[in-house]
Amino acid sequence: MSLFWQTLICGLLLGGVYALIAIGMTLIMGVMKIINLAHGALVMIGMYITYVCFHCWGIDPYIAIFISMPALFFLGCLIQKYSINVLIGKESILPENQVLLTVGIMLVLTETMRLIFGSDYKSVHTSYTGTSFFIGDVSVSIPMAISFVIAMVFTYALHIFLTKTDIGRSIRATAQDKEAAILMGVNTNKITIVTFGLGSALAAAGGTLLVPIYYLFPDIGHAFVAKSFIITILGGMGSTMGALFGGLTLGIAESFGATYISMELKDVVGFVIFIIVLLFLPGGFKSLTKR
Amino acid sequence: MLKKFWFLSIIIVIAIILPLIVQSSYYRHIFILILIWGALGVAWNLLGGYTGQVSFGHAAFFGVGAYGAGLLAFHLHISPWWGMIVGPVAAVIVSIPIGLICFRLRGPYFALAMLAVGEICRLVFTQWVSFTNGAMGILTLTTFSSKLPYYYIGLAILSFSVYTVYRLMNSRAGYYFVSIREDQDAAESLGIPTTKYKMYSLIPSAFFSGLAGAFYMNYMNYIEPSVVFSLPDVSIMIILVVILGGVATLWGPVVGAIIFVVLSELLRSSLGPAHLLVFGVIVCLVIMYMPNGIMGEVDRIKKLLQRKGARIGSEIT
Repeated sequence: MSLFWQTLICGLLLGGVYALIAIGMTLIMGVMKIINLAHGALVMIGMYITYVCFHCWGIDPYIAIFISMPALFFLGCLIQKYSINVLIGKESILPENQVLLTVGIMLVLTETMRLIFGSDYKSVHTSYTGTSFFIGDVSVSIPMAISFVIAMVFTYALHIFLTKTDIGRSIRATAQDKEAAILMGVNTNKITIVTFGLGSALAAAGGTLLVPIYYLFPDIGHAFVAKSFIITILGGMGSTMGALFGGLTLGIAESFGATYISMELKDVVGFVIFIIVLLFLPGGFKSLTKR
Repeated sequence: MLKKFWFLSIIIVIAIILPLIVQSSYYRHIFILILIWGALGVAWNLLGGYTGQVSFGHAAFFGVGAYGAGLLAFHLHISPWWGMIVGPVAAVIVSIPIGLICFRLRGPYFALAMLAVGEICRLVFTQWVSFTNGAMGILTLTTFSSKLPYYYIGLAILSFSVYTVYRLMNSRAGYYFVSIREDQDAAESLGIPTTKYKMYSLIPSAFFSGLAGAFYMNYMNYIEPSVVFSLPDVSIMIILVVILGGVATLWGPVVGAIIFVVLSELLRSSLGPAHLLVFGVIVCLVIMYMPNGIMGEVDRIKKLLQRKGARIGSEIT
């Protein structure tokens, strides 16, 4: 039984961080109605910024979050303003042109990082790496617990931001109905830029929180793109709360897959859930609550 | 029509005599890579460009084709050239259940489901060590010491795929494919069985991807799951190659393949690992400013050049 609880806790803690990354994606998806395939690459850049902060200036990864988030916010705004917004209103054969552009952006970001840092695996070793505390006979890794708590705080802060502030409300209005939002005087062009920046900043936060637990290399983004997607689909597109539950579900599912099926096949578990949800519950968790 | 015929004949003659003029085996290697990427691109273009079902998981078919050939040699100890039959057939067999499941989804959902399929294939082929030899991959012996036979086999595969796509797109099925891309609901309301025709588009696409994969196995003599099932290096690269050349054009994928391979070889020697970065930037610019790719915008480019030419001409006189 302790194995069960151990697996559950482990999955839950990791799932919280996944959820934070996926919320960034779901925000972008909600407002722009596009799938941002560069999201994983943004997570990866957030991780590298944290790595550089730690190695060059000795900044603790959890403090580096205040550097990586603004940096990625800025980068995200630039990407949206100068590349994705250029495509709006352009005629093309394939309707998914913006999605394909994000693929190109992903390639550019990944290769830039590879050029700077090389392909080898890197990790950050802090004083608390590998430490843990016990609840009963279940051991809980301290960095994972801290990351989880911070991720939850950010999720809550975002929730407040989206429901209580003016910009947050404009973002939600644009996501619901772009034309109506324009009529209500929302500058949707600006909102898309802010949203992409915000989504990128959340991706960076997730990346930074993962640094003390994980290792990093340029191609790590692909794994997070896939995970964010699974979570977004699980939770229902554009739903923040859905993404939170989706993230926790995926974390727990992967953790159980790793313990009870096989370590190597834990990613397959995620993909199988993904296809099953796409087929049988296309609206995700969001559609369950509406019924 | 006559002009087109001459143009095509010239291209074919050049394609046939080119490796005879160029003796260097390095350049021949580049030509063969172009042929493989071209065939893959043509295969993807049938499903993704003409039928509009953008797939992020074509590595699944490419890899199954390659492994179809590799596993024959590995388990049965017969020539992997038999894989040129077995590989594509295996890819088609795999594609049928995948299609039946994934075609229930549309647009980006389909693309992502295919991405999941590709990744599942990669993980399964990596983990199923007893059958696939896992991450160690499969190694076979080279059949020909010269590159020349490989070139002509590759050329035959590419011509076969281009010809098939050409015939398909000039048949009733081709018009159905395009109608599905333009508006699936409208197509359905006109009585086109859309799921069936998407399958008719997927099957040749999987067949040629598998054929390219089986040829890749025979040419490279070594495959491993992380290479042939790679998401960034195969599935996504095919898409970028086709986008660059021009989606839903007959020759777009071939043009894209030429640019991609030549560019990466040119830059590999001078810029090292940055060649993918440069390629990525070019792809972004092409998507932003020439959304239909090079062959898709060929008329616009011609017009621009003519106008420029006229201006220069008028300046001279």
